[in-house]
Amino acid sequence: MAELKYDKNGRLLFTKEMKEEGYTILAPAMSPTHFDIIKNVFIHAGYNMELLDMCGPEVAQTGLKYVHNDTCYPALLVIGQFIYALQSGDYDVNKVALMITQTGGGCRASNYIFLLRKALKRAGFPQVPVISLSMGMESNPGFSLTIPLIRRFLAGLVYGDVLMLLRNQIMPYEVNKGDCKKVIDKWTDKLTADFAKGESYRRKEMNLYIDQICKDFSEVKINKTPKVKVGIVGEIYVKYARLANNDLEKFLAEQDCEVNVPGILGFALFKVDNRIEDIKLYGGSRLKYKFCKVLYNYLEDLEKIIIEHTVKYGFTPPGKYTHIKELVKPVIGYGSKMGEGWLLTAEMLELAETGYENIVCTQPFGCLPNHINGKGAIRKIKEINPKANIVTIDYDPGAPKVNQENRIKLMLAVAREELDR
Amino acid sequence: MRLGLDIGSTTIKCVVLDEGNKLIYSTYQRHYSQITEKIGEILSVVRKEVPNVESALCAISGSAGMGVAESCNLTFAQEVYATRVAANTFIPGTDVIIELGGEDAKILFLSNGLEVRMNGTCAGGTGAFIDQMATLLNVPLEEMDDLAKQYEKTYTIASRCGVFAKTDIQPLLNQGARKADIARSIFNAVVSQTVAGLAQGREIEGKIVYLGGPLTFMSQLRESFDETLNTKGICPENSLYYVACGAALCADKTIDFDEVISKVKNYKGSGNFAFNPPLFESKEDYEKFVERHNKAYVKTGDLKDYKGKAYIGMDSGSTTVKAVVLSDKCELLYSKYMPSKGNPVELIKSFLQEIYEINPDIQVVSSAVTGYGEDIIKNAFSVDYGIVETVAHFTAAKHFMPDVEFVIDIGGQDIKCFKIHNGAIDNIFLNEACSSGCGSFLQTFANALGYSIEEFAEKGLFAKQPVDLGSRCTVFMNSSVKQAQKDGATIEDISAGLSLSVVKNALYKVIRAANPDELGKKVVVQGGTFLNNAVLRAFEQEMGVEVVRSNIAGLMGAYGAALYSMEKSKGKEEKSTIATKEDLTNFTHHIKVANCGMCNNNCRLTINTFANGKKFIAGNRCERPITKKAPVNDRNIFSYKLELLNSYEPVEGKRGTIGIPMGLNMFELFPFWWRFFTDLGFKVVHSPFSNRKIYQKGQQTIPSDTICFPAKLMHGHVQSLIDSGVDTIFYPCMSYNLDEGLGDNHYNCPVVAYYPEVIKNNMKSVRNITFLKPYLGIHRPKDFPKKALENLQPYFEDLTLKEVKSAAKAAYKEYDNYFAKLRKRGDEIIAQAEKDGREIIVLSGRPYHVDPEINHGIDKLISGFDVSIVSEDVVSCRVEKFSTNVLNQWTYHSRLYAAAKYISTRKDMDLIQLVSFGCGVDAITTDEVREILEKNGKIYTQIKIDEITNLGAVKIRIRSLLSAIGRE
Repeated sequence: MAELKYDKNGRLLFTKEMKEEGYTILAPAMSPTHFDIIKNVFIHAGYNMELLDMCGPEVAQTGLKYVHNDTCYPALLVIGQFIYALQSGDYDVNKVALMITQTGGGCRASNYIFLLRKALKRAGFPQVPVISLSMGMESNPGFSLTIPLIRRFLAGLVYGDVLMLLRNQIMPYEVNKGDCKKVIDKWTDKLTADFAKGESYRRKEMNLYIDQICKDFSEVKINKTPKVKVGIVGEIYVKYARLANNDLEKFLAEQDCEVNVPGILGFALFKVDNRIEDIKLYGGSRLKYKFCKVLYNYLEDLEKIIIEHTVKYGFTPPGKYTHIKELVKPVIGYGSKMGEGWLLTAEMLELAETGYENIVCTQPFGCLPNHINGKGAIRKIKEINPKANIVTIDYDPGAPKVNQENRIKLMLAVAREELDR
Repeated sequence: MRLGLDIGSTTIKCVVLDEGNKLIYSTYQRHYSQITEKIGEILSVVRKEVPNVESALCAISGSAGMGVAESCNLTFAQEVYATRVAANTFIPGTDVIIELGGEDAKILFLSNGLEVRMNGTCAGGTGAFIDQMATLLNVPLEEMDDLAKQYEKTYTIASRCGVFAKTDIQPLLNQGARKADIARSIFNAVVSQTVAGLAQGREIEGKIVYLGGPLTFMSQLRESFDETLNTKGICPENSLYYVACGAALCADKTIDFDEVISKVKNYKGSGNFAFNPPLFESKEDYEKFVERHNKAYVKTGDLKDYKGKAYIGMDSGSTTVKAVVLSDKCELLYSKYMPSKGNPVELIKSFLQEIYEINPDIQVVSSAVTGYGEDIIKNAFSVDYGIVETVAHFTAAKHFMPDVEFVIDIGGQDIKCFKIHNGAIDNIFLNEACSSGCGSFLQTFANALGYSIEEFAEKGLFAKQPVDLGSRCTVFMNSSVKQAQKDGATIEDISAGLSLSVVKNALYKVIRAANPDELGKKVVVQGGTFLNNAVLRAFEQEMGVEVVRSNIAGLMGAYGAALYSMEKSKGKEEKSTIATKEDLTNFTHHIKVANCGMCNNNCRLTINTFANGKKFIAGNRCERPITKKAPVNDRNIFSYKLELLNSYEPVEGKRGTIGIPMGLNMFELFPFWWRFFTDLGFKVVHSPFSNRKIYQKGQQTIPSDTICFPAKLMHGHVQSLIDSGVDTIFYPCMSYNLDEGLGDNHYNCPVVAYYPEVIKNNMKSVRNITFLKPYLGIHRPKDFPKKALENLQPYFEDLTLKEVKSAAKAAYKEYDNYFAKLRKRGDEIIAQAEKDGREIIVLSGRPYHVDPEINHGIDKLISGFDVSIVSEDVVSCRVEKFSTNVLNQWTYHSRLYAAAKYISTRKDMDLIQLVSFGCGVDAITTDEVREILEKNGKIYTQIKIDEITNLGAVKIRIRSLLSAIGRE
């Protein structure tokens, strides 16, 4: 166990010694498709990273024990998962650190890391350091977000987005069950190996491999029967994590639907763009503006790669960021940036526009930004696109699955009727 | 031929349609959660009674039917969809359908754009709720309707959900409100919940049809809908069976009776559900457990032959009335435990009569009463002492364990816990609305299944897999049962699971303890709910401690009250003032309902008059209806804040009128915008301070039922501005507030920041006016004028930067001015209190909590206890920035931490935090504020408020606090 060091406010730091001693860094696996690949970025950078994806009901129960019960569901789950892991005996609690993201926005999510620290104290793990994965919110001597690491991280996001996008478009129609999974496994294995060596993140490689991924998917034999097409939007954790949304994608697949879950890259663009918009709306430093603009352009280039290749092979590409931003203009202002902000509304508009007019809008029970951008915007979306068939589902430790599925089935019944027409 | 089954949360409906879709058979039965048995039974009967049904097409619908449909390989038709199919067939031309079931409420808009809606998770329990209310009123369900017909006046009852409504009704019952009035008010609450939660801005008009059990059976419920919607809906023939008929119409597979009946019989569910370890592994374990708990018992005596001094203690709780007679050696001579059934006065009267009958010479030396009904009982029977519940329960617990460290009481409605340090109450934990009713829920649930609570609890003791049913609230638990059954949990698992849920709710929601160290080693548990061994065991198991429960756990409040009266009467005259036998013979009790009308709150008063000439008024917030004098305002900053805001009067201007809705952040920023626009030549008006009518004006356009009440009110404010003829409304979006240098950032919460977007997207009426909702950043004073001009110029072309700059400068100054005035008055209040030696309560929350419709006059209620009141912003400026254990990133919330920090340094100040239901941010602040206070030995008190607030519970909180700090 390394020596425990604290900053001036008494925050336990992740030190260089900890990194050198090979502390296991645990992180929640929000979206396995993405995170299985991205994990290797950290491994390559010398961190002993491990993803937590256990799903049992114990996770929420542990969360309820250590976190204020009115806190949002993702916090209950993520914190519950960490503590459950530490209590499981599977890890040396004196040689482990935890990592979660922190955006610093005005919603409760920026406080997860503090709630986690409080919970760790109460659960008897005050010696476990927590690393904030953020743009400069908290620093740790043993961890730094270097530019090479950020580039690789983003590349991982892009690959993940592509794999998720194409799987969702092909899997429901595949003739030989399992073909799609083979493609996914092949590429996850390859990229895992490459990323662990620090490769495959450059533009040239991305262009090459994403083209090949598209090609591989385009070669899967499919039978394109008409199916109900459902889009999923929502609070980012609940939207992607099956632990939180009771495996919504699987449920919809069982209901014979094609699913479209907008990717994480859009969210990254949105978060960077927020900073630019902030300066436009309220004024601010030119330097910061320029820095954000560089990052924004970099992300937009990545977006171009995805769109170019998916279009080339006849897939439905992800909605272009600038386009969906334009779509939302008459509905919600660009200043609405907390949580998923206007992006959530925009994604619903875009989905409805591209044939995924049946939408599940997921959110943790009592999610504040979604009052505005989810539930609060649906009326207007329906005015703009009367075909939009949206159901909002609240997720919570006490919300029974049967009620959620029943409401989704109502949405699907209406969708099927439309499909039959 | 077509067969349809509708398996709802409480009933099963089955229909058979002939070839012409004519209903030829129907049945409607309660299933008492024995769903599979009942289905088998019904199908066997149908098979016998309907000729040729063997070849019928069949489908299943209903919220509890999903699992069964899957396992029997039958088509499942979603129930709302099925309703629609049936309506299209049987009643074409319908515009809107309102259907209420046992658990869910649905509205279907059929014409002009199909829309189907179901209540959100947090607004469940419609029909089940009416059931529960009937139990509460102690009338059979069938009589609810007749009762409601006799109503004269109605009360406003919280319509958020069944739990909230129940919390409102309990005190009404205990205050003596008429049952008929309550019955009708309950129906109104259901209507309000349905309309507010589901209409979401769409008008309910045209041909309206009512369907489902409650609407079929309760004419008064239909009447109440008609009244609210200003229409006349119809309840068609077979209104109970629309879902089942819809299922039949959707049917596409021929039923194989033998197969389905056998599959249903053997339905096991997936068996895949979350469960906890069994409560008891073996019979021996159980016996040891029982033996251990039998040690704490009270000696009894015989009232009949008792000659010595006697003491009477009474506890008029929310669901039960408890009363005891003690000897001078603390023996229990006589006791009574009665469901309150909405009339505590009558019950206590009969209790006293019984005592006098058994022992006419009884020498009652002293008496005391506690609980919700304390005031009314005290007045009705001239009881010697009235004491706050915490004191009564602590007194009783001490009797069993003199060095007790923690007391937890789970009653029917409330959970009360307190920590004891050095022989005095050191910290108090009381449940808020969401956690209420856990105790009585077990009872009603058991009864609904046809068991007594004892039988039901017994079943759980040896359950193999106590199912996890969540702990948020009883509405959620109730619907989790449905899920558990689908997954194959047995009734035993459910019984044990419910006991666990109640315990978890108390531990993790009310006390917030994660391990036994946080409670202490010496724990006494009490309250009727703990007589249930399953609950007791669950508690010990979950916390890993052994606790003490006496054999009179349910009577502890009354027992404590009697002990208290004994203690108090020492050395005093040896005759109690309590009503004598003669007094009781001449006893009368009259109830009158009236509106106070002496201030804006316009409290609905229940006036009780008794034979002894004493009067008891309930429902009031302040003493005004009793003393006929206006309350003293110079000790209450809340009144001053309102006065101050009203002093910014409109000034005629050349550029026209700008209206500002008076809600959320405007409660503090109005001076800023008033000066800004006044200087720019606008006449600035604000909507009036909220009242119920204003709320109702906008109620139908609220898209999210779980958002906080202050936000919901905004709809009404905007509408009232429009109604008053204002054609330009200014309501800016603001991600950031001003930076007061107390935190790491200075955000607004997402709701305060962006609510204008919701108004714009959901209120049609704003389209006819100019609705300005620019994103503005007043946190950057240098950039602000330019940015403000950019946003305003499109509407007011002649505005110049020079003008805006000067107006902005004045606006910032005005804002500072406002705070200077406010803080000056605050300082005066504090100084006066210091001089008089009076306790100062820092009533903390948000700027908008000053709104009387939001705080429900709690400030007045508190000042009635002879304390001074200031708000958090008066003292937050008295400390420097300091580091917190949370990300301190919201301006309003930084003030809370700062205030808590400051209060910790003063003996004469305590904090009460107002928290709006649904405020996610407060899940963070309440914990942190509490931590700051507790670290410094202060008691944290939270009051949760919503559309309606149970003032009785608030009173208990305040009295508990004051008595714990020795101020009562």
